[in-house]
Amino acid sequence: MVKFVNVSKTYPNGVEALKNINLEIYEGEFVAIIGLSGAGKSTLLRLINKLIESTGGEVFFDEESVTKAKGKALINIRRQIGMIFQGFNIVKRMSVLSNVLSGRVAYNPTWKTILGLFPEEDKQIAYRALKRVDILEKVHNRASNLSGGQQQRVAIARALAQEPKMMLADEPVASLDPITTVQVMDYLKKINEEDGITTVANLHHVDLAWKYATRVVGVREGKVVYDVMLKDMKKSLFYNDLEKVYGRPIQHDEILGDE
Amino acid sequence: MQKLIVPKPKRLRKYSLIMLVAFMILGSAWFAGFNIIEVLVNLFKGGRLLGRMFFPPNFAYIPRIIDPMLETIQMALVGTFLGAIVALPTAVLAANNFIKTKWLHVPLRLILNVFRTIPAMVLASLFVAIFGLGAFSGVVALAIFTFGLISKLTFETIEAIDYGQVEALMSLGANKMNILRYAIMPQILPQYTSYTIYGFEVNIRAAAVLGWVGAGGIGQTLEYNLAWRQFDNVGTIIIFSFAIVLVIDLVSAAIRKRLV
Repeated sequence: MVKFVNVSKTYPNGVEALKNINLEIYEGEFVAIIGLSGAGKSTLLRLINKLIESTGGEVFFDEESVTKAKGKALINIRRQIGMIFQGFNIVKRMSVLSNVLSGRVAYNPTWKTILGLFPEEDKQIAYRALKRVDILEKVHNRASNLSGGQQQRVAIARALAQEPKMMLADEPVASLDPITTVQVMDYLKKINEEDGITTVANLHHVDLAWKYATRVVGVREGKVVYDVMLKDMKKSLFYNDLEKVYGRPIQHDEILGDE
Repeated sequence: MQKLIVPKPKRLRKYSLIMLVAFMILGSAWFAGFNIIEVLVNLFKGGRLLGRMFFPPNFAYIPRIIDPMLETIQMALVGTFLGAIVALPTAVLAANNFIKTKWLHVPLRLILNVFRTIPAMVLASLFVAIFGLGAFSGVVALAIFTFGLISKLTFETIEAIDYGQVEALMSLGANKMNILRYAIMPQILPQYTSYTIYGFEVNIRAAAVLGWVGAGGIGQTLEYNLAWRQFDNVGTIIIFSFAIVLVIDLVSAAIRKRLV
């Protein structure tokens, strides 16, 4: 579904964030990308929908070049890819409904969306998306009045309203408490399994990667150093291997939870 | 317990800075021919003038200043409205995070700075020369002044927005217009409204003196009465203007506080 071919990214300040990445993400997968801060996880994710442009190589989404896409073609790719963020990035001064409807802007003529006019079927899509993450009762609330976990659920609903083929999650739970973390991850997993939406999530906690992902990709200093399917994998083996990603063995007390 | 010895910070720079500032103030006073005795003498004269203005003011004159006062408020309203309307799109174009090409926002900012540097009074004299005496010249002057002020404040607000919301809208396939509508406007509209009300507040005060150069409003009445040395009328005009400005400032401050 997504293919990186010899992709590299060097920022204008000279930082080499990614070096010659070759990676393929298959339909229906739940891929967790792990690695230290600054390893290049965020850059990797943002290359998929061209929020960041690569400086070498090519990225493909459904066989189509994202790297070369511009204007309408790029919008057409982006509207098929939902994205959620660590900071939620919902528009706090708008209602929950307006936020979720904004997920439909790329499917409507601009003059209508500017006036805030969305067809009834788009509203139904928005309501269903909100119901999916169990927050429909907040539909007319102002987004700023919601808690962090609720805001992230609205962000998921906005992404779902795009009726996406793929979901990108950039540290989706890094600013949430442990209980809300599990909730949000559960929703992502449910969407991945029930709707078959391919999911790629950057995660800080290896335990979350172990619990939710079907595949774990480790990034270190701009390179993919680890790539493993979790099916039929032994947990102890998985944790032992993480030394490749973090440069040192994972200590027992660095692991959360007991699952 | 061991006594900790922490070196004292060096004060030399601080003292030399104070000396420099003192020197600059005294030097400026000397250059400007500031003379404390002259001030005291004139203060006495000024006191007599104040007596003629306010003890008592000529309240019978109030009906004659209502119309020019209304004209002043109208000038400020229309000037603020016109300036603010043009300022919004200009601010969007001048902000470096919405349109990234330098060739547009660099010259635009230069122009805005020029507009803001020229005092409203100077603009008004200019437009009186162009459009002739009257409130219209005043309105144009205020509109341009407001435009410079609000564009500048607004584009700085746009540059300080939470870029994450813009990124989110980009990620879901929004074009520039939609990003403007759904990520930028909701973030800046309260501030923009607040700046506009503040602009009105400033313009009321500016409009009150624009009459000096013949640009209409209460200023013209004020100048007329000063010229004819009718100081009791002047007193009334000052009290009346003060009351109006005070009320508008209070109302505007209350509204702005609730907005942001």
